[in-house]
Amino acid sequence: MHVHPMPQFGSFTLLLALALSVYTLVAGAYALWRFKTTTVADGSGRLGETARRAGIASFIALSCAAFALVWAAFTNDYSVSYILHHTNRALNPAYKFSALWSGQEGSLLLWAWLLSGYGFVLRLRHKVDVRLSAFASTILAGIQVFFLLLLNFAAPPFAIQPGPIAQDGFGLNPLLQYPEMVMHPPLLYLGYVGFSVPFAFALGALMMRYPGEKWIHITRRWTMVTWLFLTVGIFMGAHWAYSVLGWGGYWGWDPVENASLMPWLTGTAFLHSVMMQEKRGMMKTWNVWLIFSTFMLTILGTLLTRSGIVSSVHAFAQSNIGDWFYAFILIVFAVCLFTFFKQKDHLKSENKLESLVSRESSFLFNNLVLLAACFTVLWGTLFPILSEYVQGSKVTVGAPFYNRVNIPVGLFLLFLTGIGPLLAWRSTSLRSIRRNFVLPGIAVVVAFVVLIIAGVRPWSAGDAMQATIFSLITFSLAAGVITAITAEFLRGAHVVRTQTGKNLLASAVLLVRRNTRRYGGYIVHFGIVVLFIGIAGGAFNQSHEQEMGFGDSTTMGPYKLVCQSFTQESKPNYDTEYALLDVYKHGKKITQLAPEKRFYLASQQSSTMVALHSTLESDLYVIYEGKNPDTGRPIIKVFLNPLINWIWIGVAIVVFGTFLALVPSLTKSARSQTALETPVVEAEVHHVA
Amino acid sequence: MSLKQWIQSFAVCLLAIVMLGANDVSGRFNRLGHEMICECGCGQILLECNHVGCPVSGPMIQELHQQLATGASDKGIMSWFANKYGATVLAAPLRGGFDDVAWITPYAVFILATLGTGVLVYFWKRRSGGNPPPVSNTGVLDMEHEAIRERIRRETEY
Repeated sequence: MHVHPMPQFGSFTLLLALALSVYTLVAGAYALWRFKTTTVADGSGRLGETARRAGIASFIALSCAAFALVWAAFTNDYSVSYILHHTNRALNPAYKFSALWSGQEGSLLLWAWLLSGYGFVLRLRHKVDVRLSAFASTILAGIQVFFLLLLNFAAPPFAIQPGPIAQDGFGLNPLLQYPEMVMHPPLLYLGYVGFSVPFAFALGALMMRYPGEKWIHITRRWTMVTWLFLTVGIFMGAHWAYSVLGWGGYWGWDPVENASLMPWLTGTAFLHSVMMQEKRGMMKTWNVWLIFSTFMLTILGTLLTRSGIVSSVHAFAQSNIGDWFYAFILIVFAVCLFTFFKQKDHLKSENKLESLVSRESSFLFNNLVLLAACFTVLWGTLFPILSEYVQGSKVTVGAPFYNRVNIPVGLFLLFLTGIGPLLAWRSTSLRSIRRNFVLPGIAVVVAFVVLIIAGVRPWSAGDAMQATIFSLITFSLAAGVITAITAEFLRGAHVVRTQTGKNLLASAVLLVRRNTRRYGGYIVHFGIVVLFIGIAGGAFNQSHEQEMGFGDSTTMGPYKLVCQSFTQESKPNYDTEYALLDVYKHGKKITQLAPEKRFYLASQQSSTMVALHSTLESDLYVIYEGKNPDTGRPIIKVFLNPLINWIWIGVAIVVFGTFLALVPSLTKSARSQTALETPVVEAEVHHVA
Repeated sequence: MSLKQWIQSFAVCLLAIVMLGANDVSGRFNRLGHEMICECGCGQILLECNHVGCPVSGPMIQELHQQLATGASDKGIMSWFANKYGATVLAAPLRGGFDDVAWITPYAVFILATLGTGVLVYFWKRRSGGNPPPVSNTGVLDMEHEAIRERIRRETEY
């Protein structure tokens, strides 16, 4: 009989983590229920403290389990079924590490480990508010118990493969053998799992009838960091799809992609509307349900991904654990609903909306649009199931549906991105509207006219007319929004310059440092505008396919591609076929591209390696589609994708802006802070009054 | 020309642009090819299926060319494909009947939500109109109130 020390160790630590989490949940809940304080003197502190420490220990236990699985991958321990099915000996070590999240059991372990990691940080920082942290810790433990039950009983990652131990594994899915795949899933999971923390704080604050809005201050960074992880994770996935899947696009509206987008949309809405609660004590019920929904959408997304109830190209992790998730969502919903009705009176707004033309109403509409987009995505994802139920036949809800419905919604959101920050809290005077909106308005009109003159003419775009109209509107609105953001920076910098006598650039830097949150937010908005510009460039995509022998050439936009050679090679992990194409622009050779097709030996699957020549203006995207069996010559597909890089640049700007917003502001003086926080427009309105 | 007339003219022009239909065959081929799914199981858009030697996308593309050559309408072509391959061949629900629910619902929800928000804002405004906030014309009381709130926030901040 074989002895498997590492898998046994992994299984043991998983069981230990479950026991510790159950203790954190039960002891923590009992301490919170039995005693109204968390002081050591009355005994509740001691019990609560043991629960907290058990929670910390569960992180250590789960870290050991994750280590055991990675160890098994690196040591080629094919006695473990998961390792056998997701790795092989010749696999690059980096991808052996990523095997941790390449299948059902491993990715659930990653989820549980990250959740315990977040819990670890929360429990270490419990002094920020001992009682609220105790509530949040207990709620997190409840979530963790669910995932550990799954890992111990439904999807054990250390399950032993029956029979003799195989000499080599079946290999990793070729699509996952790409550098971004080492980063994309953990980042996405950090985002998914991270929303558990603001959820736990919100539910805890509601359960204990937390006075005031301090819990929002406590969770603000958690929420922003989580949102940042999810944003980067989503777009890294989009970049991976663009670079690996070889169909020329980056977003296919697949249910799994949708599953990641939905909590992002509600999370973004929460980040905005929570400001109304923080500043004006409004929208408390709304915010609580937004964060509840965001958390439940992360679970729903996981359910969709893993249960197989909707068809997805990301079918790597489908199984029969859907029932567990149904039960969990129902329990979470019931707890949220019960707590809400029990504590409803605690959520009364302190203020009411005073004017339709105010920052508050812009947040309302922002939320409306984001939730409409979220509903559309959810509706489209679930409609095939509904259709099957009603009509008896499944339908496909793909890109044409989402594009047609979501583009107008997106444009409205872009519009709000521009006007929202220009409106003052409570009420904005007509005079200030005129003053602040003239420049952006002019920018929209000028951009519209210039674009028409430059050739962006819907009436001559043929079949792409509708897409061209949307692009034209996007570019014009983008010009307006960028002008509005720039004007806000310049106005603020001008005020600082008047106060300090510094030059405009130094004043702008000081302005940002004095209120990183506000101006970081503006930079995020700027990044979103750049991202929209990149997306709108898709209206002008071109592609064509051609068989290319030695010396054959093809043109695409300003580029001419000449086939220099095509060949095949064998590598340890895969066989490859590729073509070498010289790329010319205006008669001058600028680069050589080598589109490639790989055939992975262990998994017996093929994969595309896209060749890219990327500029700010456009991407030349070349795919080796395979050889024509009759002629033996490669078939090359060439795409010209305008403005794609703007998407990745936009995301980088969003990341920068979010980091900036996370940095504490330079001064803590409340008066000067208020003076600077007040938008220049508001300050001027007061001045006028 | 009044502002209203300008807006009306702009709307008419915009509508005219939107309604202008391109009828060239390559454009139709490209559009229809992007509204269908390759039935090889890859789940990709027909004209984007990039599987080497895919046994399905090639014949389907040929069928699309043939259908276009017959002069059939877009709807006729889509119906032909849906009849042959099943409803899942269409990249979006386009058969009419219950399929229309897919398209109408998001717009209906959005309109209802907008109206709901409008009603909510109206009632909020009306209620706050009945109980005006303690703000003087100079805003002094309001600023004092804000200063107290800010002080409380600062002092209770960890």
